[in-house]
Amino acid sequence: MREAIIHGPEALIEGATPASNLLPLRVEGLTLDLGGRRVLDGLNMELGPTGCTVILGPNGAGKSQLLRALHGLLQPAAGVVDWNGVTPAQAMSRQALVFQKPVLLRRSVAANIDFVLRSRGLPRARRDDLLDHVGLAHKARQPARLLSGGEAQRLALARALATDPDVLFLDEPTASLDPASVNRIEHIIRRATLRGARVILVTHDIGQARRMADDIVFLHGGRVTEHAPATRFFPHPETLAARAHVTGGLVL
Amino acid sequence: MLDMGEAFGVAVALVLSGDGDLMEIVALSLRVSLTATIAACAIGLPVGALVATSRFRGRGAVLVVMNALMGLPPVVVGLIVYLHLSRAGPLGFLGLLYTPAAMIIAQTILIAPITAALSRQVIEDMHAEYADHFRSLCLSTRQTVQALLWDARYALLTVALAGFGRAVAEVGAVMIVGGNIDHLTRVMTTAIALETSKGDLPLALGLGIVLMILALGVNALVHSLRLTAVRQAYA
Repeated sequence: MREAIIHGPEALIEGATPASNLLPLRVEGLTLDLGGRRVLDGLNMELGPTGCTVILGPNGAGKSQLLRALHGLLQPAAGVVDWNGVTPAQAMSRQALVFQKPVLLRRSVAANIDFVLRSRGLPRARRDDLLDHVGLAHKARQPARLLSGGEAQRLALARALATDPDVLFLDEPTASLDPASVNRIEHIIRRATLRGARVILVTHDIGQARRMADDIVFLHGGRVTEHAPATRFFPHPETLAARAHVTGGLVL
Repeated sequence: MLDMGEAFGVAVALVLSGDGDLMEIVALSLRVSLTATIAACAIGLPVGALVATSRFRGRGAVLVVMNALMGLPPVVVGLIVYLHLSRAGPLGFLGLLYTPAAMIIAQTILIAPITAALSRQVIEDMHAEYADHFRSLCLSTRQTVQALLWDARYALLTVALAGFGRAVAEVGAVMIVGGNIDHLTRVMTTAIALETSKGDLPLALGLGIVLMILALGVNALVHSLRLTAVRQAYA
């Protein structure tokens, strides 16, 4: 596992380290049933060691469920999620997931970070740097649940970064946020990627996908219908569904 | 015998004068019920949290039993504790019968199921919200339970106060195991029962007034805790 970086906010991006041994990720025949409905249907995918992968797809395509299944929060009915041979429990402990609706503890902003640091046996000194990093140092003593949507999501990101994860899952982290908040959050994600975290981002925002993605996984009907570098995907989406999604058409 | 109005007047005067006997009874009531509440919370809250966060075979039956035990009749609890603490009972050698310790034990048994069942409900609701986040952090059961107990602290204080309210107001259990001995095990409820039967209404009413004020105070505290929790978004 990469060494925790504790020397100020800038060090959070300067300490870029080699790719994690969790990667590459290999997913084969991943099948997931929820509430009697097949959400993922024999999904295959491979993700390389670095960069930011954006998962796109229409509502109900199974994007969020895929993220949870990759992280180990959902047990698939069939298939393999292989984090380069690392056991699922170990892999999960070196990943972090930021939910669309951030789950904040009923504590102060600072205490939310402290909780994660304490649970991982990391030094509390890191907290101030993290809050500074996401622009919440001045709100450290405030109750976390009184933060605005953008602030709450930034706190959730800081909390995720507190564990110095090898893989950072982001489930629509900027849904229903104003452009300024989106910009700040994208900036934080970009810095995490530069630092060496492997980012897997689910979004409905095509503009964000264009700005953030190194490669795009397009999900439709519980399967990966297209996986390509962003530079190729956006100008030339291969499937009809992907083309319609990118151009704002109706995907059925 | 005084009429109702006169008795009430004497009772108020008794309370305001800080009558020694009355204060001794109130102090013992508070000591017994507060100690029982603390003991019941020490048992009930972790049990409630564990049941709330665990999934195991027979969990449904455990929940039914937990909820049913909330309605334990105080006299039955008193009788069971009496049988255990009496000379011939398995714990008779401790010599606890007719002492405040016996009353604390009986009240603890009476309200521990209340703290367990109510905290289980509170914590289960909160756990539903936190579960994925905690699993993502790979927390142990102990860490999960500790975090939930802390985050539910305001709601759990309400649970504790509900337990205290039940303890301080019950009469059956403490009467049986305490014996209502003057200057030793006489508490508000047993004193009220005795003084009423003797026809000494002022002391009975005075104790009744203190008991009502306590009930009012407990409810005011619950209300203000709830407001504080909501104001700080910790509810």
